[in-house]
Amino acid sequence: MPPTIAVDRLWKVFGPKAGKVVGTPLADLSRAELRARTGCLAAVRDVSFQVEPGEVFVVMGLSGSGKSTLVRCLTRLIEPTSGEVHIDGEPVRAMSPKRLRELRRHGVAMVFQHFGLLPHRQVVDNIAYGLEIQGVGKAERHRRAAEVLSLVGLDGHEHQYPDQLSGGMQQRVGLARALATDPAVLLFDEPFSALDPLIRRDMQAEVRRLHAEVGKTLVFITHDLAEALTLGDRIAVMRDGRLVQVGTPEELVGAPADDYVADFVREVPRADVLTLRWITRPARPDEVLADQPLPAGTVIRDTIERVLRAPHPIPVVDGDERLGVVDREQLLPALIGHRPPVPA
Amino acid sequence: MRQVKVRLTAVAAALTMTVAVAGCGGAKSDAGSSDAPAAGSKGTVKLAINPWVGYEANAAVLGHLLEKKLGYKVDKKNLKEEISWQGFETGEVDAIVENWGHDDLKKTYITDKKVAVDLGPTGNKGVIGWYVPQWMADQYPDITDGKNLNKYADLFKTSESGGKGQLLDGDPSFVTNDAALVTNLKLNYKVVYSGSEAALIKAAQQATAQKKPLLFYFYEPQWLFAKEKYARVKLPAYTAGCDADPKKVACDYPDYVLDKIVSKKFADTNSPAFQLIKNFQWTNDDQNLVSDYITNQGMTAEAAGEKWVNEHEATWKPWIPATS
Amino acid sequence: MSATVTDARVPVAAPGEDAPAPGPRRPLPGRRLLVPLLLLVTAGVYLAVRTSAPADGDGAAARFFGELRDWVDANRDTSPLFLYGFNYLRLGVSLLVDAIHGALYGLGWAGLVTAAGALAAVVAGWRTALLAVAGFLSFGVLGLWEESVDTLVLTLSAVLLAVLIGVPLGVLAARVPAVGAALRPVLDVMQIMPTFAYLAPMTLLFLIGSPAATIATLIYAIPPAIRITALGIGEVPAATVEAATALGSTRWQLLGKVRLPLARPTIVLAVNQAIMMALSMVVVTALIDAPGLGQTIVQALERVNVGAAFDAGLAIVVMAVVLDRITTRAAHRAAPTVHRSVRVRAVGPLVALAVVVAVTVLGRMSSWGAEFPAAWRASFAVPVNEATRWVEFHWYDATEALKNAVSAVLLDPIETVLTTTPWWLFLVAVLIFGALASGPRAAVVAGLAVAGVQALGLWQHAMQTLATVLVATVATMVFGVLFGVLGARHDRFARVLRPVLDAAQTMPSFVYLLPAVALFGASRFTAIVAAVIYAVPPVVRLVERGVRDVPATVVEAAVSAGSTPRQLLWKVQLPMARRGLLLAANQGIVMVLAMVVVGGLVGAGALGYDVVAGFAQREDFGRGLAAGFAIVLLGVLLDRLTQGAGRRADHDRLRQPAT
Repeated sequence: MPPTIAVDRLWKVFGPKAGKVVGTPLADLSRAELRARTGCLAAVRDVSFQVEPGEVFVVMGLSGSGKSTLVRCLTRLIEPTSGEVHIDGEPVRAMSPKRLRELRRHGVAMVFQHFGLLPHRQVVDNIAYGLEIQGVGKAERHRRAAEVLSLVGLDGHEHQYPDQLSGGMQQRVGLARALATDPAVLLFDEPFSALDPLIRRDMQAEVRRLHAEVGKTLVFITHDLAEALTLGDRIAVMRDGRLVQVGTPEELVGAPADDYVADFVREVPRADVLTLRWITRPARPDEVLADQPLPAGTVIRDTIERVLRAPHPIPVVDGDERLGVVDREQLLPALIGHRPPVPA
Repeated sequence: MRQVKVRLTAVAAALTMTVAVAGCGGAKSDAGSSDAPAAGSKGTVKLAINPWVGYEANAAVLGHLLEKKLGYKVDKKNLKEEISWQGFETGEVDAIVENWGHDDLKKTYITDKKVAVDLGPTGNKGVIGWYVPQWMADQYPDITDGKNLNKYADLFKTSESGGKGQLLDGDPSFVTNDAALVTNLKLNYKVVYSGSEAALIKAAQQATAQKKPLLFYFYEPQWLFAKEKYARVKLPAYTAGCDADPKKVACDYPDYVLDKIVSKKFADTNSPAFQLIKNFQWTNDDQNLVSDYITNQGMTAEAAGEKWVNEHEATWKPWIPATS
Repeated sequence: MSATVTDARVPVAAPGEDAPAPGPRRPLPGRRLLVPLLLLVTAGVYLAVRTSAPADGDGAAARFFGELRDWVDANRDTSPLFLYGFNYLRLGVSLLVDAIHGALYGLGWAGLVTAAGALAAVVAGWRTALLAVAGFLSFGVLGLWEESVDTLVLTLSAVLLAVLIGVPLGVLAARVPAVGAALRPVLDVMQIMPTFAYLAPMTLLFLIGSPAATIATLIYAIPPAIRITALGIGEVPAATVEAATALGSTRWQLLGKVRLPLARPTIVLAVNQAIMMALSMVVVTALIDAPGLGQTIVQALERVNVGAAFDAGLAIVVMAVVLDRITTRAAHRAAPTVHRSVRVRAVGPLVALAVVVAVTVLGRMSSWGAEFPAAWRASFAVPVNEATRWVEFHWYDATEALKNAVSAVLLDPIETVLTTTPWWLFLVAVLIFGALASGPRAAVVAGLAVAGVQALGLWQHAMQTLATVLVATVATMVFGVLFGVLGARHDRFARVLRPVLDAAQTMPSFVYLLPAVALFGASRFTAIVAAVIYAVPPVVRLVERGVRDVPATVVEAAVSAGSTPRQLLWKVQLPMARRGLLLAANQGIVMVLAMVVVGGLVGAGALGYDVVAGFAQREDFGRGLAAGFAIVLLGVLLDRLTQGAGRRADHDRLRQPAT
């Protein structure tokens, strides 16, 4: 089975001579230098990654890192400068405008930071918009809209207008609209950053629930590390248009690829993210071990009590294989291994 | 609501015409103007109204007769002289009921384009000339000879005449050679346009009442002459053809036989309305009377026409065509 | 403590000075000296080379236009250009006008009044409906029912066309940058083109009558329709468009389901502006045989009957107010944030339609429906005429003295200087001072306009017109700034002022000629008076807004530093309102030009007279048309020279009375 999304050496350069950067020595310049030299902005630089079916893939970076441009390149809302994007094995850049519309109508839907709802339409017609432009009949699209409406928990709001809803509810409408066409892939462009923190947490839970229920492939853009860690099966960190690291949350926190990523994840409570796998040590030959082993995939935080109480180091196993042992000396650095952002 | 029906019929007719016209290649300039009277109606007569009260008097009487005695609807259109003539071509105008000369327009529209027809004199004699208030003629006896005008130029200076004497003209659309005359007679004067007959009359009345000097373009028939005296300034006498080239005119205005012009289409109907306009003839006094009603007795043109018609049956009776 | 004030002033003054020339700019130390020096040099050169130019004859341009007219007259029914082009346009427009005419008259007076009310009720609410009914009834009460309906017919025809053409063009201008860039200068010129200048070319191409009038009105009304539509389409949030694109909308779906619905309130506003513009133009077209209230006003002008013109002007103002309120309320309601219950939306129009049908049928069946009841008539003509006569009689010496003084002290000297300046010297002066005031690009355009006027062979007349325009503009600015500042500083004064300004701005320009003629006779001064009355309202508005827009914090700071009100005005408010003042000058001068030219009807002479004579006398046609173009060029010249701070976008907004 091919990956749902495969991005291969993708570039997006904005500016007057955008076409004349990639494949020349200019491509090796840093972003700032390129800008000074040519007036061009390389928003996405030589990015490659793959997203597997059913995966939640998070792209994380600070504002200006090119992550929003990257996600728009996937369905050519922004035309890439070079490189290729395959969706379900089909090259997106080779698609005719008609085929591309088909893809957007049926294959890939998107949820936006600023919702992008149509203020002159009621909620139900906003949700049904995607079906409407496909030519689906009114009764059918309203039936479908009602379905997704209850899926996102907006029952009873169908005849309201967007400006009568709170921000969180508006984004539920945006989410419902994306779900209405039953796409295989959902793209989220910082969907919750315009929302209050509490509502944001609700919405994140909502996405997790939906992912579990409908099982779509999600690509999720965010600048919020906590959000990335909560949602992502894998996380890609972007900086200045490049991918710095792609990996699971554990990999990012446990083995940052460079100082930039390290700096990013420094404030993450490691015990919450890392599993025992990251802190096992080989058992000493004469060591007395506890009887009950711990699975290597257990998050450290969940083992604290047992490890601290155990009189002996506890063996860590991956299935039948013993990876090593863990004891309190192993545990402590993981617990205190991050500095709080501001000394209290 | 008969008018509505007429309009709708007109639209339908015009639509048909569009198709017909398109079929035979292109739209003529009169396309879309449908003059055929709708069934059951005598139709509408479109009278041009030129901007002086004498003309309005003619139109008031004719309009009243057309509406009340012959059962037409009269559509009066306030138009300047030349534009009225253009109206023959577009079908906007059926009749001009007091035309002053306009030999060039007659050539274009009657002889060349054949869209208009001369229906003969209205009976009014037209005079155009330069006038001064009577008190000036009394005070400066030789002022009425055009040769002496330069001597008195200073008297006629105004804020508008730029150091020269002012010759006050009327509406720019009036028949006038004044600018050429001033140049060609080497007069130290400047033509200033008051813009309308009313402004001209107001200035003349002021000049008489307040003894202010005024040299102005004026014309008969004109009710004002029945109220106040003005002296005409003699210019070199008119000879036939001396005004042929408008740029080189150096002679006085001719006497005009005012006449009626109608559109060819209107003439071709040979309707009672056409007959009435053809038969219409009256005197300067008749016209001045109606003008006076309109200007000085606060009557609308309609009321003035009605009053005159009620009081002068003997005059208008013969105009009514026998067939109606 | 004056530091606050000085600091605050700097950033405002700087962009005002070099707004058209973006980019870094080195301070010119000699600039302060440069301008007086240049002025001196210009004066010196003038004294050395002044000549009195020969009077304008029929130049090559005039002869060319004369021949053009002869050709058109001869070939109107044979040339394919006319057979398949202009004549068809004319025919099509005349069919439209006839159809609307048939529809409005078909309703009968009662039906039309009800229809106006019903339409207002459906799109704008019941309050506006009451206003509409009262307004339409007033046409009949003034004894101007047919004239008003004729005017309405022409206005609606022109606006309908303006919307049908203007909205797609506006969309195109917003969506296709090349189209937008190409349209902008054309619209600029159309907006500064005095109404008067349109008429002669219209009669040449479309003869006289309603079709020509409708097309002239259309041309005048279409720029705001295009501009505001483009603005509305451009303002549609990119996020919404992107979201719809991401769902796979086609370009047409984006336009029909996203862009147009979201731009709808703005487009309704564009319709509003088109209506306002059309109303002011439709009156002028009476000169080329358009029926309606314009005829009444032209006739009143010919008879110097101020009262009759007052009634007709009042009818126009009422019509403008009614149409304005309906469309502004409709624009407000079209906003996506206004939601009305589905039932009202569905049932309302049906009920309204039923009422209109019922009243129409009733009206047509009964005798009272045939004509507006004469018993309801009322007119202001008699009292207005009496007042005018009284003023004429009692103020004669004063008005005469004022006229003579202004003419002798201001008008004549300026005219002499301008007419004795050789055209090349004028051109050089325009280039130099234009570059200093508005930047090199504007100066070049202005220079080209000057050269164009010279090429048209109407230099003398153009300079005479310019002299009148300058004097009128100075007067306009004096009054405008005075009232504007008063309005900005005294809320009560502003409250009184606003409705007066509203009415004054909707009054057709023609109407202003009348009191001026009545008071000052046929003269250039009459045109100046009319121009001042015409141009002051928008200037007052701009000045008032400029002063009011001075940030409250700055004013607060200056007050807390102990400024007297006078110091506040001179040292803070006026300097900071500089941009508004410049814009006001720009707007004012263009409007003054438009009116001074109309003054040709009442003895103001020069270019305006050429235009008037051009469609009155065949032999003058060529010169009239040339004068029309000269007026446009003069407009371009004045606009470019004063555009330092003028921005078109604001213009559109300003034509509309505040609501």
